[in-house]
Amino acid sequence: MTRPTPETLAHTARRARAAADPTLDVDQAATRPATPAAPAVRPAAATPISGAGSLVRSLEALEVDVVFGIPGGAILPAYDPLYDSTVRHILVRHEQGAGHAATGYAQATGKVGVCIATSGPGATNLVTPIADAYMDSVAMVAITGQVASPSIGTDAFQEADIQGITLPITKHNFLVQNAEEIPRVLAEAFHLASSGRPGPVLVDIPKDVLQASTTFSWPPTLDLPGYRPTLHPHGKQIREAARLMAAARRPVLYVGGGVLKAGATDGLRRLAELTGIPVVTTLMALGAFPDSHQQHLGMPGMHGTVAAVYGLQKADLIVALGARFDDRVTGKLDSFAPDAAVVHADIDPAEIGKNRHVDVPIVGDAKHVIDELITAVTAERSAGRTADLGDWWTQLNDLRNRYPLGYDEPVDGTLSPQYVIKRLGEIVGPDAIFVAGVGQHQMWASQFISYEKPYTWLNSGGLGTMGYAVPAAMGAKVGKPDTVVWAVDGDGCFQMTNQELATCALEGIPVKIAVINNGNLGMVRQWQTLFYNERYSNTELGTHKHRIPDFVKLAEALGCVGLRCESADDVDKTIAAAMEINDAPVVIDFVVGKDAMVWPMVAAGTSNDEIMFARGVRPVFDEDDI
Amino acid sequence: MTMHTLSVLVENKPGVLARVSGLFSRRGFNIDSLAVGETENPDVSRITIVVNAESSPLEQVTKQLNKLVNVLKIVELDPQVSVARELLLVKVRADRSARSQVLETVNLFRARVVDVAPDTLTIEATGTPDKLDALLRDLEAFGIKEMVQSGLVAIGRGSRSITAGPALRAA
Repeated sequence: MTRPTPETLAHTARRARAAADPTLDVDQAATRPATPAAPAVRPAAATPISGAGSLVRSLEALEVDVVFGIPGGAILPAYDPLYDSTVRHILVRHEQGAGHAATGYAQATGKVGVCIATSGPGATNLVTPIADAYMDSVAMVAITGQVASPSIGTDAFQEADIQGITLPITKHNFLVQNAEEIPRVLAEAFHLASSGRPGPVLVDIPKDVLQASTTFSWPPTLDLPGYRPTLHPHGKQIREAARLMAAARRPVLYVGGGVLKAGATDGLRRLAELTGIPVVTTLMALGAFPDSHQQHLGMPGMHGTVAAVYGLQKADLIVALGARFDDRVTGKLDSFAPDAAVVHADIDPAEIGKNRHVDVPIVGDAKHVIDELITAVTAERSAGRTADLGDWWTQLNDLRNRYPLGYDEPVDGTLSPQYVIKRLGEIVGPDAIFVAGVGQHQMWASQFISYEKPYTWLNSGGLGTMGYAVPAAMGAKVGKPDTVVWAVDGDGCFQMTNQELATCALEGIPVKIAVINNGNLGMVRQWQTLFYNERYSNTELGTHKHRIPDFVKLAEALGCVGLRCESADDVDKTIAAAMEINDAPVVIDFVVGKDAMVWPMVAAGTSNDEIMFARGVRPVFDEDDI
Repeated sequence: MTMHTLSVLVENKPGVLARVSGLFSRRGFNIDSLAVGETENPDVSRITIVVNAESSPLEQVTKQLNKLVNVLKIVELDPQVSVARELLLVKVRADRSARSQVLETVNLFRARVVDVAPDTLTIEATGTPDKLDALLRDLEAFGIKEMVQSGLVAIGRGSRSITAGPALRAA
């Protein structure tokens, strides 16, 4: 389906060569089963090899099919065995792209995303995507070259203490001391990254360790005595939670990204339908519960729906599943959901009680928690204990009807960004993956595209990393080549990382990019409109006024198809034209009005009670109703 | 705010202290005192941390500490059922006229003189932080030229012991 490029052809040829030549150190190529077996069941007897060879063999043994990276001095030894490996290496244009691509790959597939960089600037360019993956709990392994051991600490060329730099933004990190450790450290890194609460793990390997002679055997024995994530919840806490759920009159299921990480979406739906409890899904959880489901109130938080925000605010019971009471959800914390008892289930004990007092703490994997809650709630119901949620639903449905998500057409006749995004969702459909950058377009993409299936919405939630969309979409498309992947990006975000479109064009990764081009740093401009007396300090990007850059020409220069759409009449046919192109990346420059704003909005630092439905419009809310 | 003494068992590996101390500072805690040393098991080190905090933020920092992969076990030591000591070395001005009075203070506090110079004495003392504070107050009158204090080390009373558990006992 995708156009073969010199790069993809060369990779295919290398794999074939490796498969045909037993002296090449990639014996798996010929015998690799169609369905990969579990990593631990591919033993290899001790064979002499370099540290670099051991690294690449470890990646193969861990079933890694793709890594994103850029070579450089210190990591160079690893690139030699990689040249003959079954592992596909995608040469990105900036290490930040490698990191976000690994994240997009991991978020779309549920597997560990891997990125590689050299020492010094290569490693520090990974810092932003590592921090991003840490905030959003993404299973990522970053492998960095380090200057040779004797040079460490001497301010050697391209030396940076990347282990020290990434201490606060990794789940764990390693500085490999000798080549014998490599298989064990890699296996530990993958285990740490993907188990418990997932997160990024960095493995820093000095150049002399990569060059050293060692032996490779597999599987190694993990040595992590201090790492014991709790997966199974405590039965007593589950029963207590079920008791509260059966008794509550105004309960809400507050669903976070942990439910997606745990693969618990089927269970969530059963639990919700069994109890009839309203559901809100956070920005990180969109797709965990179908947007079209009658029990779905929408997204809570700063730009959430009125029904979701008030639902939490007026609840008498909040059941938080894999969510972390983030400030964007709670607003001013001390006025958040004042009457609610809280059941908080999370795999990370440190999240429980961090921001909000908890009545029933449950530590466990969301899948086990939800399965056991279903059993316990069923027991409550068969004992005749259920609460009537009729009044609660009447109130919530009334709010939903009075304050649905919507937007006004721009008065100046410009193209409405919300209309573009809404049509994109409707035309592309719920099987595609949507990847957003950060800002207004991200919020509109969360509001006006309907997410019906898990793992179809990727974005940078915690860190809010502008520039996430293009490389993350690239990673998602590599992981899910048969799925249509759309990035919804802003003109500000797009200018941070669009060079990865060259990677996409050369490597045969046909992503589609909808640039919602309003000529401005739109979300910042919205705040200037609302809170800084419309003084637009440094938010005008010139992409409208001067058409610099011209995104169509830029797309073409990067080997993509460039399209432009400037009127509502052309939206559908431009999207349709992009959907027709499957052998190259496509960029659509949607030239939209600059004055559209994201509503509803809870201004930063204020209470969720102060939610604004539109500028100057507070929801009319009869306190007697609630 | 109250003082809490945490006894943290960690894997004896490079960089672990940086992980632990970095976590305190980035979560907004001030470490009052810190002592690190090997335990009966050479693969395990014990970090004794004294921190001034309310109990609920302390619980958060303890949970975050527990998430560090190299941290094996954390126990908060109750001052009622544990023994805690600091070591103090202090160089006091003590010429011929003051020397006997300084020695009297040394004896009162069961401290020891570890170095003698014509006009100074260097004194070693161990004890609880309170006792060492009292000793220092007494010595101040003579003139303290230099002092150095260790972090607090502490151990639970009775026959029960805090160990890293079965995972590392075999090592």
